[in-house]
Amino acid sequence: MSSGCKCGGNDAPVALPAVTEVLKGYAPNKREYLIPILQETQDKLSYLSRDAMIQIAQHVGVPVSKVYGVATFYNQFKLTPPGKHVIQVCRGTACHVRGSDQILRSFESELGIQAGQTTKDGLISLDIVACLGSCSIAPVVTIDGTFHGRLVPKDTERLIKELRAKGEESK
Amino acid sequence: MSAMHTSKHPASKLAFNRRLTREEISSGALAKQLENLLDRNPAKTVVYVGLGTCGLASGGQRVWNRLEERKSKGEIDVVLKKTGCIGYCQQEVMVDVKKPGKPRVSFANVDVARIDKIIDSYIKGDTLPTEFVTGVSESYPEGPEFQIPADWKGVKAFKDLPYFKKQKRVVLKNCGTLDPDSIDEYIAKDGYKALTKVLDMTPRAVVDEIKASGLRGRGGGGFPTGSKWEFAFNQPGPQKYIVMNADEGDPGAFMDRSVLEGDPHRVIEGMAIGGFAIGANHGYIYCRAEYPLAIEKLERAIADARSYGLLGKNILGTNFEFDLTIKKGAGAFVCGEETALLASIEGKRGMPKPRPPFPAVQGAFNKPTVINNVETFANVPEIIRNGAAWFAAMGTPRSKGTKVFALTGKVKLSGLIEVPMGITLREIIFDVGGGILNDRGFKAAQIGGPSGGCLPTQCLETAIDYDSLIEAGAMMGSGGLVVMDDQTCMVDVARFFINFTRSESCGKCIPCREGIARLQEMLEKVVEAPETETGNMALERMKAVIDLRKTCELIRDTAACGLGQTAPNPILSTLRYFKEEYEAHIYDRKCPAGRCKSLLRYMVDPKSCIGCGICKKKCPNAAIVGEIKHAHYIVAEKCVRCGVCFEACPKKAISCS
Repeated sequence: MSSGCKCGGNDAPVALPAVTEVLKGYAPNKREYLIPILQETQDKLSYLSRDAMIQIAQHVGVPVSKVYGVATFYNQFKLTPPGKHVIQVCRGTACHVRGSDQILRSFESELGIQAGQTTKDGLISLDIVACLGSCSIAPVVTIDGTFHGRLVPKDTERLIKELRAKGEESK
Repeated sequence: MSAMHTSKHPASKLAFNRRLTREEISSGALAKQLENLLDRNPAKTVVYVGLGTCGLASGGQRVWNRLEERKSKGEIDVVLKKTGCIGYCQQEVMVDVKKPGKPRVSFANVDVARIDKIIDSYIKGDTLPTEFVTGVSESYPEGPEFQIPADWKGVKAFKDLPYFKKQKRVVLKNCGTLDPDSIDEYIAKDGYKALTKVLDMTPRAVVDEIKASGLRGRGGGGFPTGSKWEFAFNQPGPQKYIVMNADEGDPGAFMDRSVLEGDPHRVIEGMAIGGFAIGANHGYIYCRAEYPLAIEKLERAIADARSYGLLGKNILGTNFEFDLTIKKGAGAFVCGEETALLASIEGKRGMPKPRPPFPAVQGAFNKPTVINNVETFANVPEIIRNGAAWFAAMGTPRSKGTKVFALTGKVKLSGLIEVPMGITLREIIFDVGGGILNDRGFKAAQIGGPSGGCLPTQCLETAIDYDSLIEAGAMMGSGGLVVMDDQTCMVDVARFFINFTRSESCGKCIPCREGIARLQEMLEKVVEAPETETGNMALERMKAVIDLRKTCELIRDTAACGLGQTAPNPILSTLRYFKEEYEAHIYDRKCPAGRCKSLLRYMVDPKSCIGCGICKKKCPNAAIVGEIKHAHYIVAEKCVRCGVCFEACPKKAISCS
């Protein structure tokens, strides 16, 4: 079954060096390693491409459909490349009670995108997370992993400006 | 499994470069040898910075960097230490200072400017800036008596502060006082003594001890832990597993995170004891990927425990073998359900399986498996060390010990608290939590996350234990306690949870997948804007009146797993206690709390409007019309009620009804 799947027809997948590197750390044909492999691959590539999933399926010894099934089941996995900066808005209960819906709406209107989307210039992605576990400083967002707590809707404008300025600098 | 066993972190500086022996731990010789790590009488000033996730999120790293900077310049001669979270999260960043001969004192809300003041006046000088002091954290929650210096006017000991007074710390004992990266500090505080003790016992005796303690699972259901262990103990070997459920998916809960970040060795010891009791030689820690810091602390703790011979083969020179693997969750709420969690460990989609067979009989890789929550394992070493009778003396007849709650929402002091079972809701919210934020009215307390319920004022005297909470229509859950004030709309809260469970439903069984979707539709209809009303919408709304409760009960009785069965709880409990709010939404088309946006109406007061045009520019739906320097007007049909104009107006000319 390991290499039985021929989906994709003619355009044969190319082995990605980054994925090959990840797979070296895991014994082949062990289903229990599938999720750690996907996590490590996403850490490296920032998302799971079709080719990466095909390559992983062969290593783990399951059909690509199963890998796709797992990748789409868990919220953590992204099938499209995210923006350069990722904003995660916490929508946990404590944040909700303290007005995280307004924070989210404010981000959405400032960026002109919906949660789950990326700005057209590929700079900023806006995501929702269930709970970041920092409820006492609610409402919370993380920007590229850095926490910002006790926000009010007005703060979003400043945070985005800072990100855009960073984007300009690196150009 | 070699791939998992290599640690990514630099090796810890350990006090010993060898495997420890049973005798030196059980006799207390080692703890005595390491006692100076606890800084009872330090030679130099010690500064502790709380660098758990809350501390970091509040800017703890900047405070730490500032301290390091001034230390490297030679301005202060101190020892810097990182600690976990003491649970007073509202006041993060917390910095503790222990000067030789003075009790350890705790400063709150520290930022860079404030740390400079603390350094100049107290660390370099000798005047305590009492205005920044929270209290004296020396010997909290336990330790030798001490005297508060006479010139520290108005400074109180932690145990006399209202926030800490009613707490009873068992699980959180070391959180915020010990360095989570130091196994030596844990050993100095009698760590791993319980493990040495069980190695002299029979597995049967360990199971019996846990059974006698009356410990019940802290993850939600409240199943007796001892009985669970006994089922697995009675299964034939050779391969069994211990699993720790650290997939704390409940929105509004962070107890497990704080324990893992603040005291990782405690749960490792608990798991090893569990492994010894049921005859498992391997354990899995299933931790959320959203908790990177907790995973980091665990990885280091496991590596350190291995080098001391507390994990791995021949633990402490015996034949007992036990090792741990960390599995990172990938963000699925349903994986908190034990059979779904096991599927996820096996690399599959996290979908629950019908029980029986129970995991204790056929669990991970079809082998007998015990799954317990973080807090459950954290209780185990204390029970073994102090005896079942000590534990059973705390709490109520059917719920023993303490419970950790994440007290959040509209409460003055939010944070992590540990209280004895049987305490009332009123004591938690008004004594420990200090009352409602801005002194508004209390409306409800949401306990138990998406599977729990909302308890109103008349339940404030409810004693917190597993059974009384279920009777009141909520459940213990993992311990999220979100306080809501009179500005919170209960229909909105129910909708919030239903939206959550709908998106997190795994989709395997029909009652949960389709039923919750219907519930969500009904609630959407209830809060829909009146002017978009067309056709038979009024009829649809009435459907909610007739069907809402029936659908809830149907899901509760027929869904496949615990999550599906409890998913309607937020609606059922709000229907029970706040029926009039549903009625106001359905019949009067009003949201009494003013939270349900679509029932609101935004208006510009033409007298106050200066015509600056900011609102017009900000409006996402071009619903605002008007010329510059003339009063503007909101077109109700186009207004999406986002509230952006309300926030943006510099003259507060926009009102909301």
